[in-house]
Amino acid sequence: MAINHSNKSKLVYTLLAWGISGMLFFPILWTILTSFKTEAEAIASSPSLFMFSWTLENYSDVLARSPYFDHFWNSVVVSLGSSLLGLLIAVPAAWSMAFVQTKRTKNLLMWMLSTKMLPPVGVLIPIYLMFRDFGLLDTKLGLVIVMTLINLPIMVWMLYTYFREIPHEILEAARMDGAGIKEEIFHVLLPIALPGIASTLLLNVILAWNEAFWTLILTAANAAPLTAFIASYSSPEGLFYAKLSAASVMAIVPILILGWFSQKQLVRGLSFGAVK
Amino acid sequence: MFKKLSLLLCGALTFGAYAEQTITIATVNNGDMITMKELSGDFEKRYPDINLKWVTLEENILRQRVTTDVATGGGQYDVMTIGTYEVPIWSKQGWLTELDELGEDYDVDDLLPAIRSGLSVDNKLYAAPFYGESSMVMYRTDLMAKAGLQMPKAPTWNFIRQAAAAMTDKDAGVYGICLRGKAGWGENIALLTSMSNSFGARWFDENWQPQFDSKAWKDTLEYYVDVMDKYGPPGASANGFNENLALFQTGKCGMWIDATVAGAFVTNEADSDVADKVGFALAPDKGLGKRGNWLWAWTLAIPSSSKKSDAAMKFISWATSKSYSSLVADKKGWAKVPPGTRTSLYQNPQYMKAAPFAQITLDSIQSADPKNPTVEPVPYVGVQFVAIPEFQGIGTAVGQQFSAALTGRMTVEQALQTSQRLVERAMRKARYPK
Repeated sequence: MAINHSNKSKLVYTLLAWGISGMLFFPILWTILTSFKTEAEAIASSPSLFMFSWTLENYSDVLARSPYFDHFWNSVVVSLGSSLLGLLIAVPAAWSMAFVQTKRTKNLLMWMLSTKMLPPVGVLIPIYLMFRDFGLLDTKLGLVIVMTLINLPIMVWMLYTYFREIPHEILEAARMDGAGIKEEIFHVLLPIALPGIASTLLLNVILAWNEAFWTLILTAANAAPLTAFIASYSSPEGLFYAKLSAASVMAIVPILILGWFSQKQLVRGLSFGAVK
Repeated sequence: MFKKLSLLLCGALTFGAYAEQTITIATVNNGDMITMKELSGDFEKRYPDINLKWVTLEENILRQRVTTDVATGGGQYDVMTIGTYEVPIWSKQGWLTELDELGEDYDVDDLLPAIRSGLSVDNKLYAAPFYGESSMVMYRTDLMAKAGLQMPKAPTWNFIRQAAAAMTDKDAGVYGICLRGKAGWGENIALLTSMSNSFGARWFDENWQPQFDSKAWKDTLEYYVDVMDKYGPPGASANGFNENLALFQTGKCGMWIDATVAGAFVTNEADSDVADKVGFALAPDKGLGKRGNWLWAWTLAIPSSSKKSDAAMKFISWATSKSYSSLVADKKGWAKVPPGTRTSLYQNPQYMKAAPFAQITLDSIQSADPKNPTVEPVPYVGVQFVAIPEFQGIGTAVGQQFSAALTGRMTVEQALQTSQRLVERAMRKARYPK
């Protein structure tokens, strides 16, 4: 009886998990299918899920019209560059907050997080003016800097949470054996916290890849990443859904593949210390 | 020594004069602009020392980006695609370069007067029109005949109501009329402001006092809500241009009042199920001397922050010239020539034959007057918008009230009262009259 009850719950939870996953995946599936339709089929009032004349024309049109690989390269440089630079700053910051706490540490952490609550448009003009004056408009370096600054609070918070799970005694033992700060961080802390650091890196690559406010405002023709590539296929007057879908698929596929291959690492890192 | 230095200087100047330049062009994603990009090889052949870089974006994103850039003097763009709403505001701010060197053969007097007037301040041209549009009635000739009616060339709003009632067959999924319902200053407000002009309404009186408490606005909104409720498609408050286009092309709308640019879409046999059953008429009126059509043009302008304004001027002159129209006709056919900018295009029999909606487009554009858009006098410029910086905000806020009235979430009176209050508050904060 107890086994039956347990099996029933398992079935319900499995169905629920599949249902939620299906709901989350459906818009992506719809976008993928639309990318293979003609523009007329894409806006049909009774759309067909699979029974339509499949075409690759949208992909060839998009590749002919836009320099996809330039946008792709810009996205790679900006997302990887900002995540690595962010880690370089966030690891020592999180280490000091986790292991060398002062009475102001909690407030500082809260203040860092509060910067994420500010609507980005609130600081648009000062940032734009600074970029103009330093010649950073439409440059990859400018985007790397701004992406790093935007995601830094999340990186510090994530790493701080992971580092807090590591017993102080291990680091103290290393210190007693004569390790300096550098050795303590590089040879003791980082190997233990590697899953957390990897998931922080991956999450920030994804966040930077998908960021679409600053990347659209601060770039023009040279540093525009894939978000700008997608935005060039939307139009309030005209048929564009199929080409927009093709552009979207081309923009999200690289990050979906990265997410797919690193999902184990991501889940392990995100659930690090969640269950004791 | 002096001679050598002079020679060196001359050499540097000569090299500078012939040095390659790259201009960045910001543009919107629509068919005519994509064609321009495709054919830009012709420009680069004519001017081998000028390279082109393109930034193509969705209209609202483009507006946000170029506004930020022009207001801060960012200098990211040398040619910007902007609308008739921005031109008078930006030129008064000193953000645009006057287009006074478009070349001797440019023939600026050939530009349609209504369009040119909206792009000029103190008789100086600040943007060159790439294509112009108005709005018109598109209707199903077969359904009109079935209803035993004949669409006049210049219908009244009363006739439109009568025709919508006669054409509606909800069981068959056919709705007499499709109009924009999506909230936004460029969405339902474009339609309703143009419509209100023909009902005798206006946004402001001569002292910038909002006029949503007038009878004319009440009549406009009551008419709109009533016909859409009785004869419009379900979920109309979410419909913009593209949604209505899809409905019309699949035979769900008897009539559709929207941009003249739609004429090419609904008569295109590749996309439209009703391509051979479409007729066109002028936007309706109430007999008060103003029709309910708008006036819009996508234009090319040079921000004053551009350091390559000479090269940018050459590009604009090429893209908006008569020879560009001939180039498009040669490569893509006359029907694909950007409409609504030059008188000479409408005197060309080949174009008039290729575009069945050409005469209505011309008549609609010519009947719109952005400097005198309403029955009673107003202190502003603009037919379907008020050319003040605050309009994007208040236009969208009022659009939300009107959209709520369409869904029945509030009454027409409530929508107008709320609109009156919020516009009064916004204008007080902005310190009008200035």
